[in-house]
This record gives sequence, structure tokens and C-alpha cells, in this order.
Amino acid sequence: MRYLPLCPAERAAMLETMGRRSIQELFEHIPEPLRLARPLNLPGPMSEPEIVEFFRRAARESSPDYVSFLGAGAYSHYRPVAVDSLLSRGEFFTAYTPYQAEIAQGTLQAMFEFQTLMAQLTGMDVANASLYDGSTAATEGILMALRILRGRRVLVASSVHPEYRQVLRTYLQHQGVDIQELPFNGAGQLELGKLESEVTRGPACLLAQSPNFFGVLEPMAEISACVHGARGLVVVAVAEPLSLALVRPPSGADIVCGEAQSFGVAVSYGGPFVGFLAAKEQYVRQMPGRIVGETRDTKGRRGFVLTLATREQHIRREKATSNICTNQSLCALAATIYLSLLGKRGLKALAQQNLAKAHYAARELAAVPGVSLAFSGRFFNEFTVRVPGRAEELLAALRKEEIIGGLPLKRFYTELSDHLLIAATETARRADMDRMVRIYRQVLSANSPSRRERGQAKPSSEAVAR
Amino acid sequence: MYPVELQYTKDHEWLRVDESTGTIGITDHAQKELGDIVYVELPKDGERMTAKETLGSVESVKAVSDVYSPVSGQVVAVNSKLQDKPELINTDPYGEGWLVRLRLTDPREAEGLMSSEEYEAYVQGKAAH
Amino acid sequence: MAKMLKPPSSARPHITRNEDLIFELSAPGKVGADLAPLDVPAASAAEELGAELVRGEIEGFPEVSELEVIRHFTRLSTWNYGVDTGLYPLGSCTMKYNPRVNEVVARLEGVATLHPYAPDELAQGCLRVLYETARCLAEITGMDAVSLQPAAGAQGELTGILMIRAHLADRGHPRKTILIPDSAHGTNPASVAISGYEVRNLKSNARGCLDLSELGRAMTEDVAGLMLTIPNTLGIFETDIRKIAELVHAKGGLLYMDGANMNALVGVAQPAAFGVDVMHLNLHKTFTTPHGGGGPGSGPVAVRKFLEPYLPSPLVAHGQDGRYFLDFDRAKSIGRVRSFCGNFGMAVRALAYILANGAEGLRQTTEDAVLNANYVRERLKDLFALPYDSPSLHECVFSDSRQAAKGVRTGDIAKRLIDYGFHPYTTSFPLIVPGAMMIEPTESASKAELDAFIEAMRSIVQEVEEDAELVLKAPHTTRVTRLDETAAARKPVLRWKP
Repeated sequence: MRYLPLCPAERAAMLETMGRRSIQELFEHIPEPLRLARPLNLPGPMSEPEIVEFFRRAARESSPDYVSFLGAGAYSHYRPVAVDSLLSRGEFFTAYTPYQAEIAQGTLQAMFEFQTLMAQLTGMDVANASLYDGSTAATEGILMALRILRGRRVLVASSVHPEYRQVLRTYLQHQGVDIQELPFNGAGQLELGKLESEVTRGPACLLAQSPNFFGVLEPMAEISACVHGARGLVVVAVAEPLSLALVRPPSGADIVCGEAQSFGVAVSYGGPFVGFLAAKEQYVRQMPGRIVGETRDTKGRRGFVLTLATREQHIRREKATSNICTNQSLCALAATIYLSLLGKRGLKALAQQNLAKAHYAARELAAVPGVSLAFSGRFFNEFTVRVPGRAEELLAALRKEEIIGGLPLKRFYTELSDHLLIAATETARRADMDRMVRIYRQVLSANSPSRRERGQAKPSSEAVAR
Repeated sequence: MYPVELQYTKDHEWLRVDESTGTIGITDHAQKELGDIVYVELPKDGERMTAKETLGSVESVKAVSDVYSPVSGQVVAVNSKLQDKPELINTDPYGEGWLVRLRLTDPREAEGLMSSEEYEAYVQGKAAH
Repeated sequence: MAKMLKPPSSARPHITRNEDLIFELSAPGKVGADLAPLDVPAASAAEELGAELVRGEIEGFPEVSELEVIRHFTRLSTWNYGVDTGLYPLGSCTMKYNPRVNEVVARLEGVATLHPYAPDELAQGCLRVLYETARCLAEITGMDAVSLQPAAGAQGELTGILMIRAHLADRGHPRKTILIPDSAHGTNPASVAISGYEVRNLKSNARGCLDLSELGRAMTEDVAGLMLTIPNTLGIFETDIRKIAELVHAKGGLLYMDGANMNALVGVAQPAAFGVDVMHLNLHKTFTTPHGGGGPGSGPVAVRKFLEPYLPSPLVAHGQDGRYFLDFDRAKSIGRVRSFCGNFGMAVRALAYILANGAEGLRQTTEDAVLNANYVRERLKDLFALPYDSPSLHECVFSDSRQAAKGVRTGDIAKRLIDYGFHPYTTSFPLIVPGAMMIEPTESASKAELDAFIEAMRSIVQEVEEDAELVLKAPHTTRVTRLDETAAARKPVLRWKP
């Protein structure tokens, strides 16, 4: 076995040192009926070329050549080669959690830089060293808000990513917390009137997302004022953090959390990703997850350590702020490298390209008879179109041309059966967008299906899938 | 040696009673066990405490210890200096390192606590284990 | 720039030993990445977003060239110690070799680029990887079904306990308490708390195992289950596990196994045979996915048949037509614990590792891991106190009690090991051993390296006798010396500011 450094003679010598005759003796204290008497039924062993071929086949069967307009919480952005080049350094990716600070300054300093970048981007005071992903970051954000408020009420905009809401429900199901979902309006934004009537019932923690699942920017200033007016707390999830290079950070938020996959982390069929959580300074001791702090060594030199560990499970056990143990260090490192490369100007320029591409695609699609933009709210690099009665047909036609045309929203919202969520990042080429528009024209100019519905789809929260 | 004018609990808090008010802190033994104190969480002015209820917590780098109120009462003062200088608990646990002051609900509650001698014997007994 | 103006007498060591923060390296106008030309008309942010929503400059954001980024992070990397650097005997963390081919296959176009919402028909390759990984893990554990959704061990624990709760609730009552031995990892009680259960700690016996009579007393019909790490955090196999399982099951409770230490058992024993109902695995421990300086991990959950309906949704299924698909039709599922399909990239790496080894290789791996740990134990037992001398498997736990008499504690010896070029063992865990020194060499250590480690430990013990200060002030050879953790916690500085 090529990964094992012991040779048979060494194994024998070691056993002899221990006065053992065979390796089996070391397992004899495991009661015999519990020991496995047969070899495991597994594939392999495979040589390295066989393994590469195995996964090449898997890759070929995962439509590598398709053009995709999918976003919805996982965004395709170009990853500069320097990112993977640096991530591939064994000192980074084969290291453990930096508990021995003197020989982990590389990871620690990089995490300190990550925390700084996330705080700068979100406009918050402090950030942690990352969480699993956007869905768990949103959940931890709400748990944190509940601790601060000693609250039992959670309001969630149904325009928040449906999977984030599902994870939140899983975590809160036995916490004795009341969760209320709030509807969206024709702009694709949280219905403020409903929020106002809900907050009059007492302080609550609100989870909103901006840009939200439909790609629409939420009116955060109004939302925050409303929640704060009732002494509640505002948690904002950001699934596409590139938006923060162009859009003002959520105004009035107490906690800003989300997904940083956009920053140099591969889409990789949904993971590993990297969640982030940033907050106002006064809440730092209620923050979950690992945090790196600056300090000095015995000679007065700057260095970094994991700090505020008493919040964590290995010390507080069942009273910890969270059960989370690890962060997503390597993905957070990817984000740190990525943001360093793009920098102040590059990130802004990139965001501007995203804005341009998505608005180009939206404009061109909306000009096709039978297509309209579903929501009037402002958007960044993702938008929702409405194609009454034709969504499935369009997706199928696009797929024939090796285009994944977006996400049919009926998967999560039964009342949005005519709606497609489309993302166009800087990786969307004009030629492909034009091709998509042509296919829309071809399909929609052909005979309409007999069951074609023409009625106005009216968004309502009741039908929102959970 | 533990100050004779104070009374003690098994959870290593001390109590100083002056007529109807009681001042609470943690003992020298407790601060030594915890090591360098880095953070203190205290109740708010006016909060009501019942005996043995959690009053707050004291944290070092790698440990956290809940502090229990030895007696019942209403918080009339908290040691705000500790927010910036938690190390006062290490340097002067019975003086500047006090935690809270309560208006006692029932001064007789303090009668159940240990004397300095009893507490010393208790600490030594624990160490022997 | 100001520092360049200082007189030469205050020159610092070369920058490779003294790298500033990326923000401090920044200068206006630099950029480390170029964008492709925009092939559509530019959009006006003010027009499209509304002027009031448009952000100005991000204050303090770095501006550096590509070369500076490469040098910055390369320098930082050299201040880290990794498995690639040398022996990393960090107990309970299973710091084994991370095969390079894993990294290559996880980055293949298609594997690394497929979107999680791609239709199943276009995702057959990735779905097959998930399906095969789950099937292999089911065989390794002997369990019936596996979910790869949990993003880490702690999330696997939470998932498992939520499933226990859902099952008991279906049977009539979720019950109130979960039992956990005092040797357990802190994530166990923390995960239980989120699941709405109370924690009751069980004392270990003199052999370092669960005390059967204590369990007998604690195991009532209020108890939902027992959470047990096997082998436990002392590296000791619970030889009474069948009886433990019977006791728990007799009262209607379920047995949860924390599989963090599965590197001691793969190919040797299947947890299903112990009577385990639900367990998690750590792909970043046993199955060689890299720790990455603290994540990403992956914590798949394996269950017996009767718990399968409660697994997180969706589950990867294999249809009669030979196609793979994501099965969302799971009415009894506890829900979702993470978005999409979990840390897919970690499943890729774990499967590559399993394929590389096959059954025989995995068994040899387990044997080597156990051999290495026992060899270290044998050769250090005259130097350090061994608080529990039951046979141990993949790791061994000593205590610093002999050295503590000289004022030197486990953490000091650990720091001194750094000067000898080794990563330290795990200090101060498990909590039931005062001054614990927890050593897990894994199979990824040659005999020569183990011998060097043992010699280093011997040498340090001698130093403790002759010059304790040398050990107490260690490390002496690192870029920074001991760092002031107290100051860091008292006045937290958690970000750079201009």
C-alpha cells in the first residue's frame, strides 16, 4: 500500500519490542464475536491512474461542457490560478486547527486577515473565522440573536434561501422558539406591512436576505427601523457577497452572515463552502465559532492566537454558544487569497461586470414576447423571469443546446410555477446569453400549449414550501 | 489564610455582611485555580437574586466558572471596574476584586455559610482527594 | 513606508520571518487580478441599484499585486506545521497523510464545477460518487444507510441525536436525557443541548471505560440514549459494549456512537455488530480528507434500517433504471442540516482514499495505526505515568504527573517538542486525565520517525530534571515565542484597522 511508510521487517521489529508475536494480539481484547471475520466488501485497491480515470468518468458524466445560468446560493466566478496554487501548499492544507499557535502562525494570521476582510465588506465591527456555509451561518446568526435578546420569537422572510430556512427549522425545532414566515410582495421584497404588524406583538429576531433568493435587494433601512422600533434584532444573510462590493452593506443590521463561496471557492456540487458571520462589537462574546485575536509573544513581537475560547463547546460543553467545533479554514483561506488578489479596485470592477451581465440578460430576455421580469425590485447579478406556462418547455429546449437555463422556482414556491431564477455572473458570455435569448424566442413564438395560463401569478406566503 | 470577617460557600464565593447589604466575590483559592481572569459577566443593577442562583461568571483563558449568589437579595451595585480590569480579581480578590453588592432579603440566610476556618478545612479536604 | 526611513540599526530580520498583514502591504493602484473584457454594455450602478444604495470604496481593503499575494501567503505557509512537514501525533485528531491524488480528482472540471441545482440527469457522475461513498461507508460500519449531508463531526452528532429524538417521538415520547461519559469530546454535550435534551454525565471506571453499574442506575425510561465514543478518547475499546447496548435497548433507549476514532476499527470490526443504532464518521480523520488548518470537515451519519426514514433530506438514491437521483420524498426526515448535498468535495477525496486502499489496504492501515500507537506507548511507559493501563488501540494517553512535580506540565512538554521538530500531542484532553498527554501517531509514521519522537520525549524528560526552565520557556526555535493568550482575551483585537 503506497501510503504506508512501514515495511514488514519494521512491523516485525516493533512487535518484538513489545513482546508480541502478531499484530492480531493487539486486537484480541476486542471480544471475538465483535471482530470482523471477513474482508470488507469494497472496491479497489486501485492504482493512481485508475483512480484518476474513475473520477474523470464521473466528471464526464457531470456535464462539464454545459453553460449554466444557475446561482441560487452557489455562484460561478472565475478563480484566479494563484488561489489553488497557494491552497495546495501542504503547510496550509495538511495542518490542523491552530491550537499550537507558535507553529500555526500562517493559518492564524490568514484567519485574522479573513476576519478583517469580512468585517470590512459587511460594514460590521468584528467577524469570526468562518462557519460551515451560508445556511448554517444564517442559523447561527439567529441563534446568536436569540441569546442576545433572550428571545423566543423568530421572523423569517420567505424570500430567504429556502434551504437556509430549512436548516434554521431543523436547528430550532426543539428550542421552544416560535418561527413565523413573512410573505414577499410584487417587488419580490419582504412585505413591510406584515412585518410591522408582527413586530407589534413583541421583540423578535428577524432573518432577511439581501440580495434575497429572487436576486432582489431588500429595503434594509426600512426593515431594520421597523424591527429595532420594537426592540428586536436584525440578522441579514448574504448569499452573494460580491454584491457588497457595489451595494451598501445592509443598513441597520446587528448581525451580517452568509456564504463566501463566491470568493475563490469552487461550486463543487454544493460544498465545501464557507459561511461567515460578522456583528457589532458588543455582541462578540455571543458569537459562535472560532475567533483569532492579535497579541504579543514574550519578546513583544506581534502574533495571533485562537481567543475567546470559553464560548466554545470544548470548555462550556452543553452551555456553549454553539456545538460547532471546526471552521472552514481552507475555504476561508481561499476567500482571503481571492480578495487580496482582486483587492479594492478589482472587486468593485468585478461587481460592476456582474451587474452589467445580469442586466443585459434581463433586458434581452424581457424583450422577448411572453417573458417578463417577475419582480420590480432592484437586483445585482441574479433575477427572476416569468414565462407563463412555458418554464419546463424552455428549460428542456435550452438543455438540448447544452444550456442549464436557471432554477425553476416551483421547486420551492408552488405559486411561482412560471418563474425561473437566472444568474449571470462575469463568467456568462454574451454569445451564450444571446443564444439563450434566441432559444426563448424560438420556443415562445411556436404554438402555445393549450393549457397556457395567462393569469397574474400572485405571490403569497401560504404556499411557500418549507 | 482566609479573612475571618467573611463567610464562604462550597462554590468558593465569599460574602461580607454590613447590616442589610452583602458584598460578594470569589475566594483567593478560586482565583488561583482559574488563573488569569480575562472576563467577568455580572448581573444588572436592580436584578433580584435568590440564594444559589447563578449570579454571573468568571472566565480565564481556558476555563469558565459560574458564580452563585450565596444569599438572596436585590443587586444594588456591581463592580464596573472589572469590565476593564478583570485582573483585579487576581490581585485583590477580597478588596477591589469584589463582584456585586446585594440588599439582603433575609440576613439570617448567611448563617448557613462557612467560617474562614471551616472554608480552609474544606479547601484542604478537597486538595487531599 | 515609514519603516524604511528608520536608521539601519533598527533593521528587522528579513521579511520572510516578519511578514506584515496583507493590509499593511497595500498601496493605492495595485491589483492582483485582471478581468476579461466586458462583452456587454456597461451598466450604471446608480441607475440599476439606485444612487442611495451604491457603495463607495471599501475602506481599508487591500491593494496588492499578484506576486505580493503569492509571496505573502507562501511566507505565511512556512510558519505552519502540517502533516507534510513531519510527525503530527495529535491525539483524537488522526493527522494522517492526505493523498495528493485526492486533491487532483476533487479539482477536475465537472467534479469541481457542477452546480448543486443541476438537474439529476446532468449530474449522474457526481451523484454516483456520493452514492458509492455512502455505500462504502455503510459497509465499513456495517450500518444500513448513510447520509453525507452533515458538514462536520459536530453536525453529524446533532443529526444523529435529532434522529433519535424523532424516532422516540414517533414511538410515543421523545424522553428527556442523553447520557454521555465524562471522557467525551465537548461537542457531544453541546450537540445534545441543541437537540432539546438534557445531558447527564457518566463517570468512567478505573479501567477508563464506562461503568456498567453507573449506567444501570442512570439508564431509566426517561433516557433517550447513550452517546459513546468507541474506542473512547483514551484509545480504549469498550469491551462491555454488547452489554452496554443491551442495557440501553432494554429500557427503550438508543445507542449513538461517536466515530471520531474509527481509524482504530476499519476492517477490524463493524460498529453495527456492537449494537450501535446511529453513528457519525469524520471523513477528515479516518478517510484522509485534509484538515485544512481547521476545516472543511465532513461528518456523515450512518444508521440502522429503522432510522433510515429520519435521515436528512435529500438522500442519494439509485433508481431501477440505473439512474441516480436525489430523493426528496422523505416525510419523516429530521429536515436539512446543511444546504445542498453537504461537503461533496470531501466525499470525493474519501472515496478516492477508499478506492486506493481496497479492503486489504484499509485493514493494513488500521493495523499500522494501532501498531504505531502501541509501540509509542510501550517505549514511553517508563517515562510518563499511564493512568489507565487497559489495552489501547490507535492512541495512548499519559499523564504529566511525574513531571508536574518539577513544575512542568503537559503543555510545556508539548511546546518543547516543537523545538525538536515535532508537532505536539494533544494536551489536557480527555478531561478525566489531569495533565493529559494524548498521542496518536496514526499509520502515517515510519519507524524511524517514531524512534526520533521517542528519543525527543526521553530527552525532554531529562531536561525537566536538569533544566526545567528550558522546557518552561519553550519553544525557542519558532518565529514567535509563547504568545500572551491572557492579553488576547482581555482586550480582544479581532481585526486590523488602518
